[in-house]
Amino acid sequence: MPNDPAHTHDRPIASPASGESGRPAGPSIRLEIRSNPLFLSAAREMIAAATRRLGFAEEACSQMALAVDEALCNIIRHGYNRDPARPIWISLYPQGNGWGEAGRGGGVQDPALSGETVCSGSSCSPCRAGRASDGNGGAGGAAISTHPASLRIVIEDEAIQVDPAVIKSRDLQEIRPGGLGVHIIKSVMDEVKYEHRQPKGMRLTMTKVRRDPAHIHRDGYCDSAGPPAPIVGGSAGDETGSGGTHG
Amino acid sequence: MADPRKGGEGMTVRSEQREGAIFVAPVGDVDLTASPVLRNELKRVQAGRPERLVIDLSQVPYMDSSGVATLVEAMQVSRKNGSKLVLCGMQSKVKSIFEIARLDTVFTIVPDAASAMTS
Repeated sequence: MPNDPAHTHDRPIASPASGESGRPAGPSIRLEIRSNPLFLSAAREMIAAATRRLGFAEEACSQMALAVDEALCNIIRHGYNRDPARPIWISLYPQGNGWGEAGRGGGVQDPALSGETVCSGSSCSPCRAGRASDGNGGAGGAAISTHPASLRIVIEDEAIQVDPAVIKSRDLQEIRPGGLGVHIIKSVMDEVKYEHRQPKGMRLTMTKVRRDPAHIHRDGYCDSAGPPAPIVGGSAGDETGSGGTHG
Repeated sequence: MADPRKGGEGMTVRSEQREGAIFVAPVGDVDLTASPVLRNELKRVQAGRPERLVIDLSQVPYMDSSGVATLVEAMQVSRKNGSKLVLCGMQSKVKSIFEIARLDTVFTIVPDAASAMTS
């Protein structure tokens, strides 16, 4: 964060407050695109940039961008039969560690209540600089900060509804082109769920648990206490958890 | 060197003959937009039934399942023609999708173009 003269951490990606009303927290990012393949690269770049900002390891960021790309391709090809003008919505819901929880405003920073901040990941230069400057943890005032424990990505469309039970990975023993998208999505994400969207269309909900350790900050510097407990179950997935140390 | 074919997102494909082999080198992301361009170029060069077809992926930072499907098609054509198909220069992100699809052991994958001539 070379352009941060105040030496403060980045704010979480903005999201609407919600917890006080008892409603589920809204998405931190919601993007609507047309079903044109030309926009696939933009969607990939958005996912990679946002997930990197949320503290996921680089490999996990690439995996989530790939999963979203594959999901969009399936909608474009099969759901909309390559009609390039139909809507697709992509929503990101950071979960856990103060994100998306009741009273936490879905991840909005509330210094008066919690003093939480979110660092910029393994390249968190403010933390390193602050620690070096005062020898005691750097910028004061911040109590505890952390990245979300997981990210839920929801992709919705208005395509023809199909039975979610028929959306399956194909047998990989059969070497043939096509049919790999669902397998890829299920391989790189921890949870995957297809369902009907009301009043029409389909909804794909995918969750990725962040396994990058040492992203909790205490008193303005990076704490080595280890990763927060995941709030979503699932297999170990493919993430290696590289990175996560802050210098 | 043949004229580069260009995809909708700016991906280009260059083909050339080198020491008895045909080298095809896509440059850029191979996704749903670009895959048809690569597919057409592979069909074109495979129509000449080359003994060895080398697909140089060293300048492909990203590939999705449509790109993988294109290469599977090319492999099937090569087998039918009795020719050798080799992938070289694969970047880590691209290699991971082959591993996920369990195709990394199906294709002949080598590190670089020099290895592709002897594999």
